[in-house]
Amino acid sequence: MRTMAEWVAAAQPLGSLGEAAVRWQMAQSGESRETVWARMRSRLEVMRASVSAGLDPSLKSVSGMVGGQASRMMAPGQAERFGLLGRACAYALSVAESNACMGKIVAAPTAGSCGILPGALLSAQEAGGFSDDALVMALFAAAAVGHAIALQATVSGAEGGCQAECGTAAGMAAAALAQLYGGTPEMSAHACAFALMNTLGLVCDPVRGLVEVPCVYRNAGGVAQALCAAQMALCGLACPIGCDQIILAMKDVGDAMPPSLRETGEGGCAACAGCGV
Amino acid sequence: MDLFDVIGPVMIGPSSSHTAGAARIGKITRMLLGCEPRRARIGLHGSFQKTYLGHGTDKALVGGLLGMDVDDLRLRSSLELAKARGLEYSFYNANLRGAHPNTVVLDVDGQDGRSICVQAASVGGGEIVVQSIDGLEAGFSGHENTLVLTHHDTPGMIAAIGGTVAGSALNIATMRVFRRSAGGEAMVALELDGDASQELLRRLEALEGVYHVAYIAARKEV
Repeated sequence: MRTMAEWVAAAQPLGSLGEAAVRWQMAQSGESRETVWARMRSRLEVMRASVSAGLDPSLKSVSGMVGGQASRMMAPGQAERFGLLGRACAYALSVAESNACMGKIVAAPTAGSCGILPGALLSAQEAGGFSDDALVMALFAAAAVGHAIALQATVSGAEGGCQAECGTAAGMAAAALAQLYGGTPEMSAHACAFALMNTLGLVCDPVRGLVEVPCVYRNAGGVAQALCAAQMALCGLACPIGCDQIILAMKDVGDAMPPSLRETGEGGCAACAGCGV
Repeated sequence: MDLFDVIGPVMIGPSSSHTAGAARIGKITRMLLGCEPRRARIGLHGSFQKTYLGHGTDKALVGGLLGMDVDDLRLRSSLELAKARGLEYSFYNANLRGAHPNTVVLDVDGQDGRSICVQAASVGGGEIVVQSIDGLEAGFSGHENTLVLTHHDTPGMIAAIGGTVAGSALNIATMRVFRRSAGGEAMVALELDGDASQELLRRLEALEGVYHVAYIAARKEV
């Protein structure tokens, strides 16, 4: 299994991208359905705990640049302003801040982009009343998408810029949301394609080389991209560029990025006044 | 790569290479030493040297030396725990020509009197490579169960080691052999399909010409 086209073809007769992913993983690791389900479920629990941990207002990273900001987004009357989006951004930021402060997280697909998937799914669960099992199935759909991107392009910021980390995470979250809200496997693929298309070119420019600024805020931005992409796909919009084409384009754009914009802490935000190493 | 490599690992942040990989290097060094470490001098190279404080690389390396896994929340307070456990540590800038940007050299003395020097690199996504042990080229990842034996370089040694492993019905997936000089000290690293028993480790230690046997159990993720 290498491309999104292959995943969609495998998922069509099952009616669910997540189900195709569960079956593939069982065959891959030789484990029972119960075992692979429990492994993903335990990751969901770590994600949930990392949202709570990051909402501590006293949190501070070693450098002092981030920590405690997510709690401000959950202050009375703040989170509901833009519907689901407020909580999704707050939770994504919370997990990312928890990561920056040496909290326990699930890399999804990387530590630097760990807030986007939990931000999308856990805020959707609160808004839509979805079961934990429905979230686990959505995580499997997200994993299939991430797998297709990792094999055809890269999920490393040092290789492909932030589009490869937060862009991929947004694509995974968009596909997961499409699955969660009853979309077809094709809709999940379109959701991923929209998210990747709209984050194409995003550079990796960590201030002082740390996973802090702009990383934690890009997690909040990434979840907004995921919601937008899933919404378009669930309304029946088809991304004019196929998902695998966009994945390959992301790889090409990453290859064309100068080293200063690929995690070296030399360009972009990292080069702004007062931000140097 | 499977789906739990995409959504995973579960780890202490902030960085898979600078935190999780560093903890894994510390833990593997402890397993190579084979006992509780007493003193560690840790040289940081490249990106490790420049950004270790903000990434908690120091805490991760020391935590790993104390036996902690990449998802152990005690990594955050490992420097204080080291004092309580009698581990003296120090960091210095190691400038290693041509080395991977995330390379570390650990000189560690054990409480049983044994010492070891390990050079390893964190190569991304929490994956690591042990490059050398006591100056002998190594080149294994610890991804599989790995036996590392130091022994006297003498005819029949490799056959004796291979035979002993075969005797416990374990398949050798890969084997790498290095030596300092003909007839001198040599090292063999064996990656195994399956888990080595305590009994096998004892039998390997009992072989004539074998100086030391270390066993690195692959980390089983939940």
